Amino acid sequence: MRLPIPASLRKPGKPGQNGGGNGPAPANLKDPQTGTETAPGRSAADVAKDTGADVVGWVDQRTAATGFLTGMLYRKVPKGTNWFYTLGSATLFAFVVQAVTGVFLAMYYTPSPTQAYGSVAHINNDVFLGELVHGMHKWGASVMIILIFVHMARTFFFGAYKYPRELNWVIGVVLLILTLVMGLTGYLLPFDQRSFWATIVANNITGSGPVVGPYLADFLRGGPEIGAITLSRFYALHMLLIPGAIIALIGAHLYLVVKLGTTAPPWLRGEDPKTARPVVPVEAGANGAAPGNGAARGP
Amino acid sequence: MAEAADKSETQAPARREVPPPDPPGYFEGESLTRRRVFTVAAQGLGGVAGLAIVLPAVGFALAPIFHRGKERWEAVGPPSDFTEDTYRPVVFTIVPGIGDAGKTTAYVRRSSKQLGEKPGEFIALSTRCAHLGCPVRFVQAAGNFICPCHGGVYDFEGKVIGGPPVRPLDRFQTRVSADGKQIELGPRYSVTSQLEPVRARDPAEFTGGIWEYLYPPRPSTFPPPSN
Repeated sequence: MRLPIPASLRKPGKPGQNGGGNGPAPANLKDPQTGTETAPGRSAADVAKDTGADVVGWVDQRTAATGFLTGMLYRKVPKGTNWFYTLGSATLFAFVVQAVTGVFLAMYYTPSPTQAYGSVAHINNDVFLGELVHGMHKWGASVMIILIFVHMARTFFFGAYKYPRELNWVIGVVLLILTLVMGLTGYLLPFDQRSFWATIVANNITGSGPVVGPYLADFLRGGPEIGAITLSRFYALHMLLIPGAIIALIGAHLYLVVKLGTTAPPWLRGEDPKTARPVVPVEAGANGAAPGNGAARGP
Repeated sequence: MAEAADKSETQAPARREVPPPDPPGYFEGESLTRRRVFTVAAQGLGGVAGLAIVLPAVGFALAPIFHRGKERWEAVGPPSDFTEDTYRPVVFTIVPGIGDAGKTTAYVRRSSKQLGEKPGEFIALSTRCAHLGCPVRFVQAAGNFICPCHGGVYDFEGKVIGGPPVRPLDRFQTRVSADGKQIELGPRYSVTSQLEPVRARDPAEFTGGIWEYLYPPRPSTFPPPSN
């Protein structure tokens, strides 16, 4: 049973079949996957019941998304995959929290030296749940940095940075640096005493690099002293440039994870690779393993 | 692609004698295929179009490095306010239009005969520590400037006598206003360890000798006073 798709949206017939590809679709169009015929005269309840599946099917027929999703979600992972393997996802989640809260903070924040402090005070004191959203963004930043380092330590101690995954390690390091730059640029935005002096110190450390340092410091500040341009510069870097780069690199990072697969924990290395199992158990209990059990097999 | 591969395979043996008349439009002596011309042209145009967008954007972002703001002088008090043997803190604006964030503190005194300075002038020391830019404080009892962040200590003239700072305290140019009623402070300049004026450097940058090349003067700063 399928939703009667409007004729204009239907897959056109092939040339030569029922008189040309551009004509209206034949009434007895068969679904190419299930082979069921569109039945006329269904009850409204039936139509409503199938709407969700029909819409998903309509999209899938045009994007082949299920093939992609199946390949990603049911890919094989090595035996012994355990909770340590969730640190990357945890970092991604922390980034999503930063992105979402950041967008909402931007709705109230004013990146001007005379108004920034007041707008942050307004967010904290007046806006409904403003203190919570600001707090999530502020503390979430620390959480994200901690998670990155724990994720990095996992990768290092499990030897997961070795061939063929070196490039993913490099991408991860660039992501770490970009996240630290986010921390640096975000620190100035509340524009209180701590922000101001911390940014002065950070800028002067930048300037202490020989030859290019002085120019780099001028570039960051947008001039010889911290001024109005500095704040808008840091704001633009913090909410547009760096997040864009981070999102792109997270995409590459995940692509390589799916493409190359994950490594077995070091204490299981060398066991029969055929015992690998999918990320989501296809048949519950088929191989008697639930995610996390493998960790118990450690020495 | 598959078609082209087939053709080159079947005609490969004949190629040594006569070039194959292929693809359509080929003429003898042709050194560049039509496809190649269009590929190069399209990529070249794409590159030009890309640069046309990227170069102005980069220039836009880098412009402040090469821009020097207007020279500002600000009155900080009558000459009678300042003495030879101690400093008086004054607050004045170095970046206009951004409120308190654009203000800074300077310590001002008259030039001292004992220290061998030119008489009748005024000395204005910046409170910006030469280590990483924290604000230093003049401690009257010790006659020293002390930085709260990492323990930098400067003597009465602003020379480093302790802690991590890499050079003496910066100074501001001073002058007496035209009517002689006010002391005015102007652009910042840095000094070497011998207190010779050089162009303003950021904190943490050495001055004098080879350091003048390792930490080159920035176009956004003003020339030092000549004396």
